[in-house]
Amino acid sequence: MINVTGLSKRYGTHLAVENVSFNIEKGEVIGFLGPNGAGKSTIMNILTGYLSMTQGTVTIDGFDIAEYPEEAKKRIGYLPEIPPLYVDMKVREYLNFIYDLKKVKFPKGPHIDEILKLVKIDNVQNRLIKNLSKGYRQRVGFAQALIGNPDVLILDEPTVGLDPKQIIEIRNLISRLGQNHTIILSSHILSEIQAVCKRVIIINKGQIVADDLEENLSNKLSSDRSLVARIVCREKEMLETLSTVKGVKSVISLGKKEEGSFDFLIEPEESADIRAAVFDRVVSRGKTLLSLTSNKISLEQIFLRLTEAADNDEARRLLGIEPEAKAQEEAAENETEETKVQEETEKEEK
Amino acid sequence: MSAIFKREFKAYFATPIGYIILAAYYFFLGLTFASVYSAGSPDSVGVVLSMASVVVFSMPILTMRLMSDDKRQKVDQALLTAPVKLTGIVLGKFFAALAVFGLGFVPTVIFEIIIASMVSVNVMAYIYALLGMCLLGGALIAIGMFVSSLTESAVISAILSLVINILVIYMTSFVSMIKIEWLAKIVEKAAFMTVFETFGTNVFSVANIIYFLSIIAVFLFLCVRSLEKRRWA
Repeated sequence: MINVTGLSKRYGTHLAVENVSFNIEKGEVIGFLGPNGAGKSTIMNILTGYLSMTQGTVTIDGFDIAEYPEEAKKRIGYLPEIPPLYVDMKVREYLNFIYDLKKVKFPKGPHIDEILKLVKIDNVQNRLIKNLSKGYRQRVGFAQALIGNPDVLILDEPTVGLDPKQIIEIRNLISRLGQNHTIILSSHILSEIQAVCKRVIIINKGQIVADDLEENLSNKLSSDRSLVARIVCREKEMLETLSTVKGVKSVISLGKKEEGSFDFLIEPEESADIRAAVFDRVVSRGKTLLSLTSNKISLEQIFLRLTEAADNDEARRLLGIEPEAKAQEEAAENETEETKVQEETEKEEK
Repeated sequence: MSAIFKREFKAYFATPIGYIILAAYYFFLGLTFASVYSAGSPDSVGVVLSMASVVVFSMPILTMRLMSDDKRQKVDQALLTAPVKLTGIVLGKFFAALAVFGLGFVPTVIFEIIIASMVSVNVMAYIYALLGMCLLGGALIAIGMFVSSLTESAVISAILSLVINILVIYMTSFVSMIKIEWLAKIVEKAAFMTVFETFGTNVFSVANIIYFLSIIAVFLFLCVRSLEKRRWA
């Protein structure tokens, strides 16, 4: 449905998007994730034909956006970061205008009624847009994108400025629309992407650092199925005890987190499930196990690790995608990774 | 194009701008007509042509926000990502402004009828004068739109096009200051007012019509390019 190859965008000397390629199938719901200024909006603006690309091609349903802009644009509904609204118009009047502008073929009245109901703005349809709150304006912007029922919906941070109830409503709406639309959604709110998207494209500094199913991303980075155990014991003694459990690769003490107990980070050998063994061992030594939690990394942490990485090569390494890395560097990397995990777990505990 | 036309035409009357412009036109038209009428030499051609300076000063207000507002409010993202050509967007806006401008001259029809009821009139001369006014207005709208497409601020757009309009209209007054003879001649012949004034005579000239039409075409083209350029920024 959407095919992007070798896309680059240069603003003067600043390279905003660098050699981005991806392919989106019909009916997929994709999340664009990245910090502010990563190039998400620029990519979206290029996909919709608002900006031109410096290099590369974009095709929508087989139509090149540069060569057949009208055909391509017919298939796209776009909600930009700031909803494009004529504030001196009434809601319905504005949607009528967009309907005429897009040269939609559906019967006008019923089509607009349907959209008004879908995004729940039928109660404000005769109010001036300038008198509407941010949440309502956002929804009018959403309605504008839906007019003509385009196959592709490109939504740039659709829930910004909404209250929690509205956010849930919009998310549900996106999920519903995702059943028969191809949707690209950008956000820097991770839970949002997690809630509605199956596939995530992480963008940092104008490059794609990861493009995978959300669950795969979580698994790749948290391949360590390590555990954090809180045990009432003496630190040194327990370290020795735990390291002799079958399947345990290493044990690190995380120090005293709660009075009278110590926390340990236990890393298992590849794909070994050591939970039962750890529990049994602690109990057999007559110690009390206060908690045993998995150290699974959330998407939030993945995101931070990827975007905080010094450069995109490092980020890719974190994902196990090998750039031209030497073995030595890799070893060093693993070490820092370990300390990072440790730091993160510490932070979490605090 | 028709969607943009409808929206822009309505927008003039959703804000006071349309009403103020029309009120000003009607006031000055009425004033001029009353004075020529009481002087005993009623002539609607003269009334139409006398509006030139009012047009020059009012036009920046008519065009200031045509393009600039879209960019400021980010509505251009909806326009430019809709399946319409840039030319359609620009023409729609151009004709909307021209339509409001044309409404400003509706009372002259009444003047013409009043005059015709008393003396014999040359209707063609009146229509020709109206055509000349529309062409002058169209040219100034096209210039104003182009200026408006260069900025996000309606105020800057208005001031800049006012300066340009004044320069263009009073160009004939600067001719005496030009010391190079051939240049002075060109400027004098090509000045807006020199051409515009011929519409008050009974000499029908295709060249003069084409002169204004080409100015309109050039500036509308530049306006389209200016929108296009934004994509490449």
